[in-house]
This record gives sequence, structure tokens and C-alpha cells, in this order.
Amino acid sequence: MLESRQEFIATKGKQKKQIKCDADSIAGCVSQRACVYSGARVVLNPVTDAVHLVHGPIGCASYTWDIRGSLSSGSELYRNSFCTDLKEQDVIFGGGKKLASAIDELAAKYHPPVVFVYSTCIVGVIGDDLEAICRAAAIRHGIEVLPVQSSGFIGNKAAGYRAACDTLLRLIEPAQPVWAKKPGSINYLGDFNLAGEAWIIEQYLREIGIDINVVITGDSTYEKLKTAPEASLNIMQCAGSMNYLASKMEEIYGIPYIRISFLGMEDTAASLRQIAAGLGDETAAKKAEQLISREIANTQPLIDRYREKFAGKKAAIYVGGGFKAISLIKQFREIGIEVVMVGTQNGRQEEYDTINDLVDDGTIILDDANPAELERFMLDKGAHLLVGGVKERPLAYKLGIAFIDHNHDRKHPLSGYAGAVNFAQEVNSTLCSPVWDTIRKGGHSEWLKK
Amino acid sequence: MAEKMKFCRDVNENPCNMCMPMGGIIALKGIAGSMVILHGSQGCSTYMRRHIAEHFNEPIDVGSSSLNEKGTIYGGEKNLEQALDNVRKVYQPQMIGILTTCLAETIGEDVDRFAGEYQRKNGLEDFPLVTAPTPGYGLSHDEGYWFTARRILTCLTKPADGHNKVNIIVPNISPADIREIKRILELTGIEYTLFPDISDALDRPFERPYTKVTGKGTLVDEIKAMSGAVATLQMGVTVEDAFSPGQYLQDTFGVPLYNVPLPIGLTNMDRFMTALQEITGKSVPDSLLQERGRLLDGMIDSHKYNFQGRGIIFGDPELVYALTTACLENGVHPVVAATGSRSERLAKLLNLSLPDGSEPLQILTETDFDRIRQWSEEGGANVAIGHSGGRYLEEQAGIPLIRIGFPILDRVGGQRILSVGYGGTMQFLDRVTNTLLEHKHKSYRKKMYEQFYCAAN
Repeated sequence: MLESRQEFIATKGKQKKQIKCDADSIAGCVSQRACVYSGARVVLNPVTDAVHLVHGPIGCASYTWDIRGSLSSGSELYRNSFCTDLKEQDVIFGGGKKLASAIDELAAKYHPPVVFVYSTCIVGVIGDDLEAICRAAAIRHGIEVLPVQSSGFIGNKAAGYRAACDTLLRLIEPAQPVWAKKPGSINYLGDFNLAGEAWIIEQYLREIGIDINVVITGDSTYEKLKTAPEASLNIMQCAGSMNYLASKMEEIYGIPYIRISFLGMEDTAASLRQIAAGLGDETAAKKAEQLISREIANTQPLIDRYREKFAGKKAAIYVGGGFKAISLIKQFREIGIEVVMVGTQNGRQEEYDTINDLVDDGTIILDDANPAELERFMLDKGAHLLVGGVKERPLAYKLGIAFIDHNHDRKHPLSGYAGAVNFAQEVNSTLCSPVWDTIRKGGHSEWLKK
Repeated sequence: MAEKMKFCRDVNENPCNMCMPMGGIIALKGIAGSMVILHGSQGCSTYMRRHIAEHFNEPIDVGSSSLNEKGTIYGGEKNLEQALDNVRKVYQPQMIGILTTCLAETIGEDVDRFAGEYQRKNGLEDFPLVTAPTPGYGLSHDEGYWFTARRILTCLTKPADGHNKVNIIVPNISPADIREIKRILELTGIEYTLFPDISDALDRPFERPYTKVTGKGTLVDEIKAMSGAVATLQMGVTVEDAFSPGQYLQDTFGVPLYNVPLPIGLTNMDRFMTALQEITGKSVPDSLLQERGRLLDGMIDSHKYNFQGRGIIFGDPELVYALTTACLENGVHPVVAATGSRSERLAKLLNLSLPDGSEPLQILTETDFDRIRQWSEEGGANVAIGHSGGRYLEEQAGIPLIRIGFPILDRVGGQRILSVGYGGTMQFLDRVTNTLLEHKHKSYRKKMYEQFYCAAN
């Protein structure tokens, strides 16, 4: 292990060690982190009727085409990857003209209400004036054209979340100041409707008599986002990406926010109660109790059966944000699995504090880990299972460790009670697959000796 | 052009290609014990690793110099030095390739100088360190692959005594394809250096303990001696001379270059075998002749079904050329042949391959999937052949996709797709024929009912 990485890693124990986080990745460490642009793109991409235009070289658009498994109830425009495809000439002479023309062409072809223009590394260096070009295009077409300041080198993925939130703040700003709030109306921040997750929560809330004004950004549209300032409460799931937006909306529009999580049964129940309480809605609180007891009655027996099956198994977690890691620790606890390693790419100090409080002594906590560290700690700790993204999957499999996909592209929801069951089922399908027995019994190394 | 088609001039709508360093990584992964560092911002290496990992289902480690704002303004030499130090410590590679990205090239980093100084400072003059300028805004991943392969030779190959090996230079094809080519070479009794050889590093057997860097691939010592080979047989008819590794060996060391198409399709495979015969004087072994005979037999069995095929072929130029000509010889009419790369040679070669009086073939270079879709609908295509980007054609235009090439992101087994050689061609052809049959079976009852029953009643 590299000396320079020591301060990013801690073992939970009696002496609490503050780990270093939210710092630049160390060169050559094979960080699993993505870039500013990717952070911005994943937050904004679920806006379904927007044109998402990458101002930059083709790779940036290619690697993020239809990147999220966000579902739409309407437009599918967001699933296209548009790019100005900058070439050497543009880098030398500037890409401004090309960008203006690209916006013109897209506006004429698709008539979108809004165009998001993402800045990439080279645009930040060659200095195309995105603001001016977007402003002029907006006037030409009578639509909103919003720049996203997401040049890759200005920070890490978290800087991209912030860039996306800045753009969202511009988008939701009403022409006239809004004073009237829709009573009992809430915005749901930080759900990207992966595999329909936001729809599950919408259904729960409707059942207890609460309407979601707009989800930011899962299955959202330009029109719906415009109504965001009218809500009387913001609930926030993915804090890593949305904390900044929520606090800004409180500051500007006086909308208070509460943190919730619909991942796992425990969090789902707590969140429903919190929302009802946050709105001071007693009827909703009563209905929430009914919903919770009905769903627990349906779900708990199934979860209990899995608990028995999973007894004694150990899990490792390596995901993008701290919120996700915290939820996963709780979810594993619900199904009786001990967590022996937790890491994130972009977790924040307060999230690491929560993680430290949640896990048992001896658990490894690490920030911005690399494959060599993941390998070492998973093997040292005897993990049977890893949760992570696409890049981590083959590593786990090569080590003979089961794997849970917790990536943007998943095809089954992990939210609410349906999600809790899906999660347990996915754990079952990988942890209890006969393939591991076959591999153990197969004793490939003995065959190699024959 | 039909009036209903609408193309944007200054927008790429759904890319059909990736960027230069992506191809560079794949080429470097084919060298034994290699590690790659991308000089640029962190995201580039992560995205490319993600794509490659998903295609091959293998762990893909690529370092990054992780340039931040400071490095961008004041230069990234320190970052690159640290990256080299750390990668050497953790991976102990036998060879390192440094690829640049948009960012490094835009701020004008002199990577060659850095690399040279690093070697001197650390007493690593003999350590194989390869640099390749691969700005993402330059050309596509295809040129990135070929150019990096050429750079590997430029940096490592030295004048060598003559030996009896043949250099076999391959495009970015699947590990299964590479293994098939090796099998054919071994059956024929030919000694060879296959370059770059990803067949083991990117399709590893399950083994314990896991090692971060495999010792598998083309050996650096073999690369050093490619200058002394009898000849180079390169599957690169679409490759420009400036990017061509085979051309470099011929120009610099006088190794005769035989440039042949990728051996998919009977004619293309025959050309490969003929070139081998010319170089080595060895005859085609009986078992391969049997395979050839079986392919002929299969081509006859399927010819009527194939004649109903109207194909869209897209992807890397070399693959598009081989697949399009393979379709032509089997009566599958190519409606669109497309690549996101510039490749002027592809267009020229394909025009020459079209038989007299055949229906027009729309050749698209530097194109995107929006154009491909519109031309495919215009030409009444009923089968698409190419990488995962084509799922868009499947979804939007209902054209079934046969997955081949790179990347395959939405199915497992991209690394196992076999299409070269007589046997591989048969497998490819069966996939085409069976897709056409399946498509027909799904729709013909309804079609007949609507066309005849509804008309009569």
C-alpha cells in the first residue's frame, strides 16, 4: 500500500480516526472516480424533455450516452447524446461558432423547451464563452439554453453535482417572485428514477395523501421543474448531489428541507413518518402507519427467511456517495449481513462520521480507494460480497467474491419495500449461487497440476 | 436524398465512435506485463475503464495523472512523475504506456521529454516506456489503436538479426478471434509474433491467486525483434500509412508488408491463407481445407435466406470492410456501411468491392447513429451488424442487431464472439441467417393475414 494513501484509510476502533476525504485523487493511484462533467451529467440527464448537448470531444458524449437507467413517463429526448464533436481546428480557433450552430440545429429539429450545454475539459482551457453563446441562442429561439460549468479538471464528481445544481437553480428561478406556496406540496430531491424508483415513492406518498410537486430530477420535465419554488417542503434523498440545491432553495425560496432515505425497510418507514411530521399532517401520519404495517407484514417474513440464509456472511461496500454507503450498511443489517469494509469515491466528512458510528469495530473505512486496496481489504477481511459499480464487478468475480450492482444502469428498483425485497433477492442470487460451490469443489489449481 | 431525412451538420447525434486514448489502452493491454497511464483529468481513465471492463468482463486498471486545476495551469509534469512512481510501486509492470488526452494536448504537455527525463532520473533507461499523443479531439479510438500500436514499435523495436518468424498485426478484435488466428497459424506450422495480443490479458481464466498484471500478451523482447521478421502480415487494409505499424516496419527495417483484410468471409480468409503461403511457402493443412469445405457447404445451405437480408454494418473500419464484403459474397445486400472514424480508405475499398449493377450502398464515414438510422430506414434494412450502440437502431427502428465488435455493453461475452477464419465465418453467417429467419417467423403470419385475408374479407 502507498504511504500517501494511509490518511484516507481507517479501521473502526476505540480511538476514532478522522479520515481524509474530499481531496484530489493522487496521481497513479488508479482512482475509481469519474469527473466533474460526469457528475453534472448524471444529475441533469433524467430531465426528460431537455436536449443534453456536450460541448467537447466525442468521447465525453460517447461514454455517457443513455448512461442512467432513469425511466421516463413521457419524452425520450434525454436518452440521446448530442455533441459538438470538437476537432483539432476547433481547439485552435475556438468552438463557439460550432456550438451556436449546434444549438440552432437541435432547436429546429427537436423543439425542446430547454437545452443544457455541458462544458468539458478542453472548453475550460480554450475559453469558449458558454454564457454569452447560450444567452444569444436563448433569445434566438425563445427557449432556455443553460450552460453547465463542468470542465473535468476543476475538481471531482462532487464539483459536477454542484455545477448541475447551479444550472437547476437558474432553471427554476421564476420570472416573478413567488410568495404563495402550495400547501402540503413537496419536492423530492435526489431520486433519479432508476428503474422507476421515484414512481414507487410517489405511489406511497399519494396513498398517504401527499402529492409530489416535482422529483428532482427523476422523470422531470422543464414545466414541472419550473414549479419547484412553489413547494412547501423539500425532501432530499441523495444528499451528496442535492445538499447544495436544498440549502440554496431554503435560502432563496424559504423552503425547508429534511433528509430522508427510501433504501431499506427501516429508512423507508422512518422517512414516511418524517415527511408526515414535517408537513404537520396528522391524517398523513395515520395513513403512513397503516401503509407501513401493511408493507412490513408483506415483506418481513420474506426478509426473515433470507436473514437465516445469509447468517455469518460478510459484505464490502464501495460506492459513489456517502448517502448510498450509509443506506447500504443499514440494508445489510436488515438482512443479517455484517459489513467489514466501507468506502466511497466522494463521501463527505459528516457522512464518514455517520459511517463510523454505524459500523462494528474492525471495519475498514476508506475514501477514494483503488483496486489494489479493495482487493487487499476484501481478502483480509474475508468479504463474501461486494457492492459497487461496473468497474468493481470483474475484480470481485476474479477474487471469487459475490457482487451486487449498485450502479446508474440497474434495471430493478432498490427503493421502498419492493426495493428491499429486490435487494435481498439480488444478494441471494449472487451470494447463494451454486457457482461458488462448483468453483470451490472444482479446485482448478489441482486440475492445473494434473 | 429523401426529403424527410434531417441531418445536423454541427452536431453528432449518438456517437458511433469513441476517442483516441480508448484505442490506445486496448493496444497497450496486448503487451505482456503492461500498465497504462492516461495523462489528463481523472474522469477519462475511469470512463474508458468502465467501458472496457463491461465489454471484456475483466478488471481493467489504468492509471491517471489526475490533472487538477493547478496542473492544468502550471503543467502536469509533477503529476505524471507521481503517477509513474505510484504505478510502478503498486503494479510492478514490465512496461508502461503513457497516453495523452484532450487536456494534456491542449495545454501543450511535452510528454516525450518528461518520459526521457524520468527514465534518466530513475536509472530506467532500459525500461520500456512508450508514449503516444492521443488527444480525444484528434481522431477516433480506431486511429488511437493503430497509432499507439505503431508508437509501441517506434519506441521499442530495434534492428535485429533476421529470424524465421512472421509478424501478425491484428486490429481490435475479440480475444476469441485472436485465439482462432493463433490456432490457424499453429495448424499451418508457422512461427509468428502476434501483435498486439490481448487474448489472454483481456480474457483471463479464473485462477487463484489473482494477479494485478498478467505476464501474458506480446512480449517486449518479441516486439524488439519484429524488425528481423521474414515479413509482416497485417490485417489493416483501411489503415492510413501514417498510423500503420506494418508500414513502419517496412519503411524502417525493410520488413516486407502484406496488408490483407480481416479474415472474415471466404474470400478474405482465402487472401489471408494465400499471403501466408506466399510468405512461408507452406501449404494449407488438410484440416483447414475441411473447414473451408464446410463453410462452402453452409453458404449454399443458407443462400436463399441470406438473399433476403438488407444489412447495416457499422463500427471500426477494418471490421466494417470485412463484414460488408462477407455479406456481399453471401447475397446479404449491404444498405449502409458506416463508421464513426474518418477512414477514406474504407469508402474507396468498399466502392471497389461492389459488384456491377448492384443496388446502391450508402457509405457513411465520420458518422453518427442518427444518420445511420435515417439511411437504414430509407434503404429498408432488416438486419444491423455492429457494436452495442446499435441497440438504438433496434429500439428506434425495430431493426434486429447482431452484436459484433467493440464495445458490447448490453450483453455478456463480447470477448468470446468468434468471427474469423473459415469456422468463425460460418458462425457469423449463421448468426445473420438465423436472425433473418427469426425476424421473418415473428412477422410473416400477421403480414400474410393483413395482406391477403384482410384484403379478401
